[in-house]
Amino acid sequence: MTIFEVPANAVEPLQVVWLILIAVLWIGFFFLEGFDFGVGMLVPFLGKDDRERRVMYNTVGPHWDGNEVWLLTAGGAIFAAFSGWYATLFSGLYLPLFLVLVGLILRGVAFEYRGKQPSLQWRRGWDWAAAIGSFLPALVFGVGFANFVKGLPVAETAVAYRDTPVPLFSGTFWGLFSPFALLGGLLFVALFITHGAIFLSLKTRGAVHDKAKALANKGGLVAIVLLAGFVVWANAGYGNLPGQLSWLLAVAWIVGVVAVVALGFGWFMNSKGRDGFAFLGTALSVVTLTVMIFCHLYPGLGFDNTLAPNSPLDITTAASSPATLKLMTIAAACLVPVVLAYQVWTYVVFRRRLSTKNIVDDTVTVGARAV
Amino acid sequence: MSPETVARWQFGITTVYHYLFIPLTISLSLLTAALQTVWTKTGNAAYLRLTKFFGKLFLINFAMGVVTGIVQEFQFGMNWSEYSRFVGDIFGAPLALEALIAFFLESTFLGVWIFGWGRLSKRVHLAAIWLGSVGTLISSIFIIAANSWMQNPVGATFNSGVGRAELADFGAVLTNPVFLTQWTHTITSCFLTGGAFIAGVAFYRLVKANAEKAPQADLIAYRKGARFGAWVLLVAGLATVVTGDLLGKTMVDTQPIKMAAAEAVYDATEDGEFAILAGLNPTEDSFRLELPIPGFLNWLYGTDVVQGINDLTVQWETDGYRQNSFNEGVDEGQEQLQREYAERLQELGVDDIVPPVGISFWSFRLMIGIGLLAVLGGIYILVAIRKDKTPRFNGWVTCVAILMPLLPLIANSFGWIFTEMGRQPWIVNGVLPTALAVSPSVTTGVLWLSLILYTLIYGVLAVFEVRLLLKYIKVGLPPETDVAKVDLGQDEDAPLSFAY
Repeated sequence: MTIFEVPANAVEPLQVVWLILIAVLWIGFFFLEGFDFGVGMLVPFLGKDDRERRVMYNTVGPHWDGNEVWLLTAGGAIFAAFSGWYATLFSGLYLPLFLVLVGLILRGVAFEYRGKQPSLQWRRGWDWAAAIGSFLPALVFGVGFANFVKGLPVAETAVAYRDTPVPLFSGTFWGLFSPFALLGGLLFVALFITHGAIFLSLKTRGAVHDKAKALANKGGLVAIVLLAGFVVWANAGYGNLPGQLSWLLAVAWIVGVVAVVALGFGWFMNSKGRDGFAFLGTALSVVTLTVMIFCHLYPGLGFDNTLAPNSPLDITTAASSPATLKLMTIAAACLVPVVLAYQVWTYVVFRRRLSTKNIVDDTVTVGARAV
Repeated sequence: MSPETVARWQFGITTVYHYLFIPLTISLSLLTAALQTVWTKTGNAAYLRLTKFFGKLFLINFAMGVVTGIVQEFQFGMNWSEYSRFVGDIFGAPLALEALIAFFLESTFLGVWIFGWGRLSKRVHLAAIWLGSVGTLISSIFIIAANSWMQNPVGATFNSGVGRAELADFGAVLTNPVFLTQWTHTITSCFLTGGAFIAGVAFYRLVKANAEKAPQADLIAYRKGARFGAWVLLVAGLATVVTGDLLGKTMVDTQPIKMAAAEAVYDATEDGEFAILAGLNPTEDSFRLELPIPGFLNWLYGTDVVQGINDLTVQWETDGYRQNSFNEGVDEGQEQLQREYAERLQELGVDDIVPPVGISFWSFRLMIGIGLLAVLGGIYILVAIRKDKTPRFNGWVTCVAILMPLLPLIANSFGWIFTEMGRQPWIVNGVLPTALAVSPSVTTGVLWLSLILYTLIYGVLAVFEVRLLLKYIKVGLPPETDVAKVDLGQDEDAPLSFAY
């Protein structure tokens, strides 16, 4: 009978569908939250007074929370579709994820609470919370995704509740910060700052627009250099992990080059004052970079299974049952287009460019106190 | 302390904290939507002013619910990796669907609602808050379905080859009897919470405004608000009692030992005494129930015999995990899951299946008692403001105003503490012990570090949150002239109607 059995490592089509869907969710997250991370990081540096800063906050005001749900959905999708991946990844990267959570808490509260007291002292404090809270996740995601390209080491560990051992993260916290991973972290920060600055110049008028444009002009150059370095290092240095497909590596090279070219295009269009095209450039760059990274996640999901030869963690072993994948596929096929439609609508509703003229000064400087 | 203990404290602290904001998010969004609907239909400015007033308080609360919710989703993988690995096939789907269906809806449309004042037509703007608040309601469906599965794991098979529970029937997960009763109980208690909040705040403002000789329009609006909140509180309170009774009966079926612990019943009895009070730690030896009501448990449970902790323990030791005696009502997937796994658990030495009796007994009573106190508060407010009367401002009024929003929050917390502690030593009832679920690769030190930092951050944020709430309660209704400016003309330099 055994010869007729499906081999344990045969990849089911739905498993591939779900890896792609998870990639789509991360693409949505980095594309959307990428610019509001950028705006958050720029607030204390670009906004010279309270009104300018408020212009910046309000460009992402109606959207940041909806953008962040892409991350929650990506996390939930990994949990539902590849619970082994979720379990090993989230417990293995405990401290980095903790930093992400602290960052997201700080910036979320900063956005909502900053304007609710007139005191400048209160507002400056929250500006830094927004900046740090945007910087931390951007940096950690960069370091993290670079590590996935490299392959996170897992080793077999015996657990009491099952016969076979489970693959658990076997590296250390400091081991995550290899030069390549640091490059990834810097890249994400620089790329999101550029993406955010160009978003700001697309959404504002007047002084904020001009400053954002000038900053994107400088920051864009840094991001282009980092991105080119990352694309070459990722594909040339980590293109031959076990099981990786050669045609997929070719795709990774192509989309990686597209990412660099798109960023260059965005930078050029920004310098020409074409805000819309500039934003398309950085957006395309963020999207293609994420596609490139996910090309490296097949079939190992970003794990290095050298130390777990008997119970490796990959797209087949981490996957949920066919029943769950089918249920989730139907739900995603029906709902993702709907979500996209109404989120696009919100950007249409709030398409107006903002300037300091739209913001009434409501601060108090004398005897400033919280409450 | 073991990693398990620290991880459990962390889950307890972050979840109770998160759940301080959730009932208000669910109920206030829907109640604010109702207020705005009345304004849209009648054009009565009082309702618009109430919408804006409570809308602002709602948003201050909503922000905290959002940011603390992210921690919840990540925590399963970070602290409970083996739980996640074991249940992901079933538990992951509701979480993912919650994000996909509910979180997108709520965050996107509440964003539209917040910034859409004066920028959208009245009807579209009203639709935005309804869609957002329906999102919060849908979210509760999925998360309670997931939690109910932990209480009563239906619709699953245990795949011993892979070492995890696998989804057999998603329909069974969504028609889990625990889910149906627990969800309705949760939602009614959310409205109890929101009603009490609105009633308490509006009552306080009414008395204060009356004492300060505020304009008649303000008094009328506050009176409407206090009445609206108090009626919501009373109706929801009654519904919470009814759904609580149904949930209790379901638990007698599905988690008999949890209910036995809640009532500190050790030996099976045909005369189940319900005790209003007992010693602090009602162990078998110090067994002493105060103010007993004979036979009341039989009536509550609808059974002739009330099972006790000792009988249920014996039953566990001889038969492994079984449904009480209601096997007809249990579907096959659940049977298989539990039959296959029961033997393994005994091999693993899981033998003490009694939840902490003192905590179960007291959290159960505190939930009920404090919840009922809030309902009494609602009755008091209705009586105090009847026929356009307004009580004089004094310490008692302040006391009521402070207690009304707080009591339901405390009752909710005890309800969840009971639900989760009463399931111990299981993380998935009868299937996976909590001790085996914690992440093996996470050290106690790291858990302590995150626990301390979460607690500090949450503590500081709570101070900011309460201060903001108090500030905006003090500010009161927006001035009449300031509302209902709908400018769709879109002069590009026009000030934003709402801005961060």
